[in-house]
Amino acid sequence: MITIADQFLVLVLLINFVVLGTSRLIFSIRAVAVQGVILGILPALIHPFSWHLVGIISMILITKGVVIPLLLNRAVRSAEIKREVEPFLGYVPTLLLGAVFTALSFGFAGKLPMLAEHQNYMFVPASIATLMTGFLILTTRRKAISQVLGYLILENGIFIFGLLLAEAMPIMVEAGALLDLLVGTFVMGIVINHISREFSSLDTSRLTSLKEE
Amino acid sequence: MLAALIILPLLGAVVTWLIPSDRLRPIVLSVFAFGHLGITLRLLIATPPPSAGGWFNLDALGKIVLLSTSVLFFFCAIYSIGYLAYRLERSNRVLCMGLLICLSAASMVTITHHLGLLWVALETTTISMTPLIYFNRNARSIEATWKYLLICSVGVALALIGIYFLAYSTIVARVEPSLLLDDLIRDADKLSSGWVHAAFVFLLVGFGSKMGLAPLHTWKPDAYGESPGLVGAMLAGGLVNLAFLSLLRVYQLCLATREILFFQNALVVMGLISMLFAAIFMARQADFKRMLAYSSVEHVGIMAVALGLGGKAIFGALFHILANGLTKGVLFLSSGNIHRSYNSKSTDHVRGVLRRLPWSGGIFLAGFIAITGSPPFAPFISEFTVVSSAFIQGRAVVGALFLVSLGIIFIGMALTVLPMVMGEAPADSETTSYRDTIWTVAPPLALLVLVFVLGVWIPDPLMTLLRDASALLEVRQ
Repeated sequence: MITIADQFLVLVLLINFVVLGTSRLIFSIRAVAVQGVILGILPALIHPFSWHLVGIISMILITKGVVIPLLLNRAVRSAEIKREVEPFLGYVPTLLLGAVFTALSFGFAGKLPMLAEHQNYMFVPASIATLMTGFLILTTRRKAISQVLGYLILENGIFIFGLLLAEAMPIMVEAGALLDLLVGTFVMGIVINHISREFSSLDTSRLTSLKEE
Repeated sequence: MLAALIILPLLGAVVTWLIPSDRLRPIVLSVFAFGHLGITLRLLIATPPPSAGGWFNLDALGKIVLLSTSVLFFFCAIYSIGYLAYRLERSNRVLCMGLLICLSAASMVTITHHLGLLWVALETTTISMTPLIYFNRNARSIEATWKYLLICSVGVALALIGIYFLAYSTIVARVEPSLLLDDLIRDADKLSSGWVHAAFVFLLVGFGSKMGLAPLHTWKPDAYGESPGLVGAMLAGGLVNLAFLSLLRVYQLCLATREILFFQNALVVMGLISMLFAAIFMARQADFKRMLAYSSVEHVGIMAVALGLGGKAIFGALFHILANGLTKGVLFLSSGNIHRSYNSKSTDHVRGVLRRLPWSGGIFLAGFIAITGSPPFAPFISEFTVVSSAFIQGRAVVGALFLVSLGIIFIGMALTVLPMVMGEAPADSETTSYRDTIWTVAPPLALLVLVFVLGVWIPDPLMTLLRDASALLEVRQ
């Protein structure tokens, strides 16, 4: 089963590059939703069956696969924007940087001591690479929606790491963390709608009135 | 009793949500704040034993933060009765609800010993404060809200990966997997050191950005500057301390591993950078609320340096939790009054406050004297403890940089505050219907009296509490 999990992780990494390379917001939102769904399936592949697991999986699938994408889609539609225009850093350089970060995370993960049964799988490098991708999107994109997507990808990276820790994380805490993510994104969606009303665009580079002269 | 601490504010949030009247809501808020303060004081006197399994344990560190948060919240709630009467142009439902949810999550942060739960509660405080920063509903406040939400959420997310790394280090070490602080401290020698080291880096960056340590402080001036004075007081005096408490938990863990020296040095460096940053940006600051935000950056820096120095300075750090929290309440609440009266935050318009608002102006001036570390106020004691400890330990460079920054900050702040309170109001400055009343003056005045009393006399029970807490953070050989 765990080799299938590895295949899925490769898919997660590919989606990172899809989001890095596209300017179409609706497409990015879908890609991140697919990434969330994949992450929802992963626990089923590596952990034995239990009702806890079913609860967590359905929660992930609903929040990451349905609720959050719906929220973001609505924000995009109400602001009437389709594309990320002129990011702070072009698509090709960010793709290249993404590749470099992914390579580095494999190197970094190789240096850390791993449990023997996790040794040959790519949970840790995939987690760190996804985390770095999220960071890259957060820092290089202008649109508020893209920044939320970056935050979601960052959280996905953390989530992949969490898969290794099923015994250490009690269900209440896991559920609490997920709930916080959902509410956080929900609030971000609301703030985005207010930004678009206030500035009639979602361009965060216009948010510059609060600067030290 | 511990459960009541969490449930009571949540109940209050539901009640304030149901109440239709904007005038009644702040009064209900105050009632619940009073109840919370009562429970807090009772818990401090008769502390329940740790819960089974060790998830909830109100120890001395938690008590200090709980006490300072609850006291500050109580006075902010009383203040809201008078303040929100001037803000009836918009509903305060979300404001009152957000404050109470935040109080509940804050109490959770102080009583839990489970790092995962601590994270969940800390992130809840971040999110519940977000709509409050946007209370003024304008372009500037939405910008501040966005920066606050994004930077703090990303920061706290990094802290989560740090916590995950810690959990994995227990799995690699083949000890019982756990995120309970006490289990982690017990097994500290066996934990896998590579993971622990990486965890501490992430935790420091994560909680550091939530606390507003430079260079992760960029959201702070905007959020504090644009939110109402009442919310600013809770952010600068309450949430900062919660993030600091989270760092203290990490510090406790560091003490048990071999990482403590690295962590201490990182704290000293970040703390000094924060103080220098604050000193630079404080100079010629024309917006008095932003000035207070940089003062907050300075004071988290002071706490970080004190923690990093260790030894006697720990006492200073812990006392500063109370001293800084309460003094920030004085400053933000009185600055809220000044803002109301002049309808401006710019020192170009705000002049002659002492003439127009003798009470608020006087309290603001006294608060400035207190926060810059002048005797006989409480921050003087903590800052003096830190400086003397630095020189006793032979870390003269740290001590000197600390003193130089304090000096520059004093001058920078004085150049903004003194012209503001002295002189005459310019002829073109706006006049609103705001007048100092007992409701808006008494809460900051009461906090000021507390800051003064703590500056001249620390009651015995509090002294014992501070000693117990310092003992938890001492380096064991």
